[in-house]
Amino acid sequence: MTTKVLRLNVNGEDTLVPVGPMATLQEVLRDKLELTSVKVGCAQGGCGSCSVLIDGELRLACLTPAEAADGCTVTTLEGLNESNSIVPIQQSFIENYAAQCGFCTPGMLVATKALLERNPKPSRDEIIEALSGNLCRCTGYLPIIKAVEDAAAALSGKQSA
Amino acid sequence: MAKLRGTGMAAVNYPTGMHLGGDPTQALVHATTTGNFVVTLSSVDLGQGLKTVLAQIAAEALGVPFETVLVDTGDTDTGPHCTGTFASRTTHRAGNAVVMAAREARKVLLEVAAEELEVNADDLVTDGEGSIHLAGAPEMKISVTDAALAAHFVQGKTVSGRGVYLKPMSPMDPETGECDPDSTHAHACTVVEVEVDTETGAVAVLSIKSAYEIGQQVNPALVRGQIVGGAWMGMGHALSETTAPYYPAIDHAPRDFLGYVMPGAAEMPEVECVVLEHPTETGPFGAKGIGEMVANSPIPAVVNAINNALGVRITEIPVTPEVILRALDEKAASAA
Repeated sequence: MTTKVLRLNVNGEDTLVPVGPMATLQEVLRDKLELTSVKVGCAQGGCGSCSVLIDGELRLACLTPAEAADGCTVTTLEGLNESNSIVPIQQSFIENYAAQCGFCTPGMLVATKALLERNPKPSRDEIIEALSGNLCRCTGYLPIIKAVEDAAAALSGKQSA
Repeated sequence: MAKLRGTGMAAVNYPTGMHLGGDPTQALVHATTTGNFVVTLSSVDLGQGLKTVLAQIAAEALGVPFETVLVDTGDTDTGPHCTGTFASRTTHRAGNAVVMAAREARKVLLEVAAEELEVNADDLVTDGEGSIHLAGAPEMKISVTDAALAAHFVQGKTVSGRGVYLKPMSPMDPETGECDPDSTHAHACTVVEVEVDTETGAVAVLSIKSAYEIGQQVNPALVRGQIVGGAWMGMGHALSETTAPYYPAIDHAPRDFLGYVMPGAAEMPEVECVVLEHPTETGPFGAKGIGEMVANSPIPAVVNAINNALGVRITEIPVTPEVILRALDEKAASAA
């Protein structure tokens, strides 16, 4: 078993992480770097609760071999929190009661952030498409869709002002 | 081949609490030095908002601001006893226990305030905004914070209260099976519209409309959260979710979220609901439970709507495309 040292930029910090051959990015982020917003819902790409940004693109950490992220910039919800860029989205989730048990919420927030970065004024159908990889067991999705609509409106209003 | 529309209806009568060997919940309430109140419970918030609801109930019974109440739940090693969060019981059971504990703590709070103000405790009222004053003389007042400080550092008292709600075990009549297992009943009726594709067997749920009667709503936004989430769960159980698709055979049992198919955001129709409030005598401020019933009536309502659309009589769930196509084949065969 060969251990390789990965060079990652995680949430703005350059990090060296030793990993074994079969490690996933999910294991590196949760177990080695203690970034527990990256949830383990299914570990097979079925639920979206481990959503992260790799070089700004929405990715599932559970399906990403850690070595594939070597040299990449990785952003988890913790990193978005530090930059405050997520606050209007979080506020909208709170105001729309878009979280109940909260397990899916980090993935939903990261997926929403990725959507609004590339499409600041998404239609309802585009929002639903963007969230289609994220499962929620509690809310029935309607409050989450509304939260994304309101967050988009709040953010685009701020940009045009 | 066509897309056929149908409408289905179903009603539910749902008990709050259950039988077991009695169904108790206990609560403890105490003031910190600065006049915040801690409600200690073993009951668990699953995300439905129990802590919010119990903080509201405690604040109302204590006569203090909601923001000054902290609800500490979920440690069954150290907390007062609770049977658990199930049977739509916790708002009702824990709520009643919290009201009782809060009233005892409020009595101590007013006694402490009375001694500080040199008045009779029976003449004191709370304004719900953090002050205690003499009825009819608002200028004769003391803040809850100052009263709590006086209790801790001057008078040497604990501003605290104990609460319990116990529904004793009801023995079952061996002849009739009759017993009294619950504390109150909530009611609901759901109407669902569907569109069924007779070529593929796919079902689109077009609308889910419900009326609920759940006693006094403690928090309408959280109630709506339960109703919308439950409508989605019911839709999933009606159409796709099962751990044994060929029950009693266990073949093809799903092992993960890729095989256990739930409706996604795209399948979710708008959910309309109205909530009727008929406070129940046994509930905290008249509240009944709404936890589990929200996923009940949508299931038969969806199935009835499918039956209405197709002119068939499917009686098992989930009604997958396979079930629909087989039912249509049987209908065609019996007509021939």
